Amino acid sequence: MAGLELLSDQGYRLDGRKPSELRKVQARMGVFTQADGSAYIEQGNTKALAVVYGPHEVRGSRSKALHDRAVINCQYSMATFSTAERKRRPHGDRKSSEMSLHLKQTFEAAVLTSLYPRSQIDIFVKILQSDGGNYSACVNAATLAVIDAGIPMRDYVCACSAGFVENTAVVDLCHAEESGGGTVMSLALLPRGGQVALVQMDARLHQDHLDALMEAAMTACRSLGQVLDGVVRQHLQEVSVLTAE
Amino acid sequence: MAAGLMRLPVFRKQETVSESNEKHLVVPGDVITSDTGFMRGHGTYMDEEKLTASVAGEVERVNKLICVRPLKTRFYGEVGDVVVGRITEVQQKRWKVETNSRLDSVLLLSSVNLPGGELRRRCAEDELAMRDYLQEGDLINAEVQSVFSDGALSLHTRSLKYGKLGQGVLVQVSPSLVKRQKTHFHNLPCGASIILGNNGYIWLYPTPGQQDEEAGGFHTSMEPVSLPDREVISRLRNCILALATHKVMLYDTSVLYCYESSRPHEIKDLLKPEVMEEVVMITRQRLVEQAG
Repeated sequence: MAGLELLSDQGYRLDGRKPSELRKVQARMGVFTQADGSAYIEQGNTKALAVVYGPHEVRGSRSKALHDRAVINCQYSMATFSTAERKRRPHGDRKSSEMSLHLKQTFEAAVLTSLYPRSQIDIFVKILQSDGGNYSACVNAATLAVIDAGIPMRDYVCACSAGFVENTAVVDLCHAEESGGGTVMSLALLPRGGQVALVQMDARLHQDHLDALMEAAMTACRSLGQVLDGVVRQHLQEVSVLTAE
Repeated sequence: MAAGLMRLPVFRKQETVSESNEKHLVVPGDVITSDTGFMRGHGTYMDEEKLTASVAGEVERVNKLICVRPLKTRFYGEVGDVVVGRITEVQQKRWKVETNSRLDSVLLLSSVNLPGGELRRRCAEDELAMRDYLQEGDLINAEVQSVFSDGALSLHTRSLKYGKLGQGVLVQVSPSLVKRQKTHFHNLPCGASIILGNNGYIWLYPTPGQQDEEAGGFHTSMEPVSLPDREVISRLRNCILALATHKVMLYDTSVLYCYESSRPHEIKDLLKPEVMEEVVMITRQRLVEQAG
């Protein structure tokens, strides 16, 4: 191989993780008071901030309102200082609008939108520091923010990326692994039921390897789900202790 | 004068979570029960015959009905709630009011008291002059008259208590922090009045003098408010913010106790986290003592 050695002979990755090992996840809910819901997550060096407003009356053109369910409006942006090279447009470029669309699809699958006819739910996500797995960090942060806003969901949505290096599935890719040009799959999962909310794959992969890669990504999503679960329960306990009479 | 003092981040205190907490807390996707004998309430859904939570919060059981109440949510209006809201739109025969609810509320022209007393007939001119009574951006307080099938609220201001709000300060907190009480209007002994809207919008204003019956609640005094009154209102505002950040339920007694325990501090200092914490702690103690 010409470029970086993504998997050493001993089976360790660039940052010393094993193929199935996730990066350290730290998260916090309710970081802003003005928003209906907000959350902050760190997955390794990838940091994301999510804010949720709503459900509220449809703003802008009223024709967007749906009579039987809520409209979900997502906006993904990256801070200008989030990457090694300074970004010129924090949002609105092709990549961001595509990401916004993916987020929208993911959350339409998980949020019980039919409970809020003619309303709108805004989800704004910002990447503060980008080190691979932007989509998954966004989904995880947005899930926590939606829960913080008290909006009904079927289940958590957990997302994780996975790649295929030297016949091994590696999960939760960092920037170096992601930019190597190999296969990268992003998967969003509702862990309890095992329903897949979104799968996206760049580059080609042999059909025989697909199952292994999916399985690895799903396992990673489930373990991420457990971490998020812990965060939510901790937050719930803390707040309910305070509000107790 | 030097610019604002730079503050370094402080470590969050880890709240000691007692294990003896008998509250039943759930997160989205948690199965509450697989018994089919229960009724499905708010915050739950049926997943393959199993009653599952859809929000993170506390389970509430009333006989056969199971609900999950989220810790923080938008305002769920009920008939009789007092709300404070802002006019967003003037339409034909109705105003749209933003009340922190999930759809904008409606204030019908037929459910307001127009100047000239209760028994006045409404005519076409009134419809044309709607913007003279209330225009976009005006704050009103009103009562919930009914709830539409889609969850939108219909308001009314057919009492002298309700109507347009004049000079004062609006504080926005989470609706779940406002305690439901017999009355949400209080003339506090410290020299200001407070309207605790059930929707989490709190209005602080100088205690009014004699009210003119004919004005129908549309007359707003534009006389300058005296400095002591303004100071009392600012102090109350900062007290409410302190109580809200520490998740203390808001009602007349808690606000008043917080006001009294904040007296040793300057008004602007009440926004500092450590002062906030101290004041709220004293308030909590007094509330516990009073409860016995």
